[in-house]
Amino acid sequence: MSAGTFTPRPGAAPVSRMILAQTALETRMLLRNGEQLLLTVIIPALLLMLFSAVDIVDTGAGKPVDFLAPGILALAVMSTAFTGQAIATGFDRRYGVLKRLGASPLPRWALMAAKTLSVLVTEVLQIALLTAIALALGWSPQGNPLSVAALILLGTAAFSGLGLLMAGTLKAEATLAAANLVFLLLLVGGGVIVPMEKFPGAAQSVLGLLPISALSDGLRAVLQQGAGLPWGDAAVLAAWAVLGLGAAARFFRWE
Amino acid sequence: MSNDPAVEIRGLVKRYGAKTAVDGLDLTVRSGSVTAVLGPNGAGKTTTVETCEGFHRPDAGTVRVLGLDPVARAEALRPRIGVMLQSGGVYSGARAVEMLRHTAKLHADPLDPDMLVERLGLGGCGRTPYRRLSGGQQQRLALAMAVVGRPELVFLDEPTAGLDPQARRATWDLVRELRADGVTVVLTTHHMDEAEQLADEVAIVDAGRVIAHGSPEQLCRGGAENTLRFTGRPSLDLASLLKALPDGTQAAEAAPGVYRVTGEVDPQLLATVASWCAQNGVLPDSLSVERHTLEDVFLELTGKELRA
Repeated sequence: MSAGTFTPRPGAAPVSRMILAQTALETRMLLRNGEQLLLTVIIPALLLMLFSAVDIVDTGAGKPVDFLAPGILALAVMSTAFTGQAIATGFDRRYGVLKRLGASPLPRWALMAAKTLSVLVTEVLQIALLTAIALALGWSPQGNPLSVAALILLGTAAFSGLGLLMAGTLKAEATLAAANLVFLLLLVGGGVIVPMEKFPGAAQSVLGLLPISALSDGLRAVLQQGAGLPWGDAAVLAAWAVLGLGAAARFFRWE
Repeated sequence: MSNDPAVEIRGLVKRYGAKTAVDGLDLTVRSGSVTAVLGPNGAGKTTTVETCEGFHRPDAGTVRVLGLDPVARAEALRPRIGVMLQSGGVYSGARAVEMLRHTAKLHADPLDPDMLVERLGLGGCGRTPYRRLSGGQQQRLALAMAVVGRPELVFLDEPTAGLDPQARRATWDLVRELRADGVTVVLTTHHMDEAEQLADEVAIVDAGRVIAHGSPEQLCRGGAENTLRFTGRPSLDLASLLKALPDGTQAAEAAPGVYRVTGEVDPQLLATVASWCAQNGVLPDSLSVERHTLEDVFLELTGKELRA
């Protein structure tokens, strides 16, 4: 038979090429989505500028920006790894994107790897932008950047697990509502802008176990006080990561 | 091309809760053929195809696609098949050409996406996000995504649903070309003409089983007999005509001056009727052959009543 246009020549691309292509696509989809940008870039940037400039919340001794910048970085991580990822993945699932990709040569683990890489790429962009704004506002960060990176990676794992758990089990609309609500609650109660000391003692001990509190507290310990890696906060984040990713792996439904 | 069947389904059962979607279905798809799975809504077509694609685990029975278990050997199978879902499957914010190029990148030796964009008229989609494309554009994109990886076997779930006549024609041409180039095609459809036009084999599915299977010609012949109808002066003596016709053929005056010959209507029978008319000095005002279509067969087999 002479070779025609459609003569079969099937085969999967090398897995590294697939992951790269998938990461690029996922990142483009994320950056193209207006609501996502509002959540991941505009809200953190505005909060940083507003609360640094106007003395609304008592942030303790020192420049407000030194207190706020680490919290805002934690918020940025949460907005991308948890809220953004939960909403986007929920709708991908609803519109059959996950199903269709499941029929493509891309293995599921590779899809998850690509989603994670795309979250990390977005976080790098967010952190670069927010750092630039904070520096312009007079931020003087302390500590070891590697400790910061370790905390951010652990936080990303914790929030990704929870976001994927939500996206893979709830309806897309429910995920949209719940992910935004959780974002708002954790923004207020997670030590991002409002210092934990402002809450009553009993509430503090519970709120302190939230992943957002652990991340903002840990980042603050390093970036504001120049501490080494805060093991307690790291342990809280690691526990959330194990729980969240484990539950997501167990309960995630692809359709 | 191998002689092993591309798809072999034996006794497939698939239940969703109390509802049995597929109920002991058998189907063999010959390698290199176009097979149409035809059936009313809810007959189990999509469940069957999606089980072949590895999306569902059979509750009973076996499914082999290109010789592989589609669930256990998914990673080996998926690069070799092309899948067009009934709807969706694309990021709501993605552009058509972007998504097609991306799908191509997941394959080792894909077709040129631009060629498919051209052939399926996707160039006009421009920068419009998927969610705002017309239903027809979404369908054509899904078709392009199914074939871009040069698969051996393509599953198309209602590929022409909601397409305008031009797009439908373009889809048909593509399916014919796939077949000519040695690709096996399994498609589901409600359209009898589509099955008649494209398929080497048709499987009529109802209530989760295959109730008839064969080439369109076989199925049409197997159903009710065909009819030749002509008009002439009333009260012709049909006895001499019957004598000239093969056994098993019937002739009757359905209404005054309207005659109906039923049986295996072939060119020989037509010639016999025409020469009988000549001998009897009858000039038919009209003479027509009413072939049974797949639609007749389908309605006969699945019942004419609408289903819930």
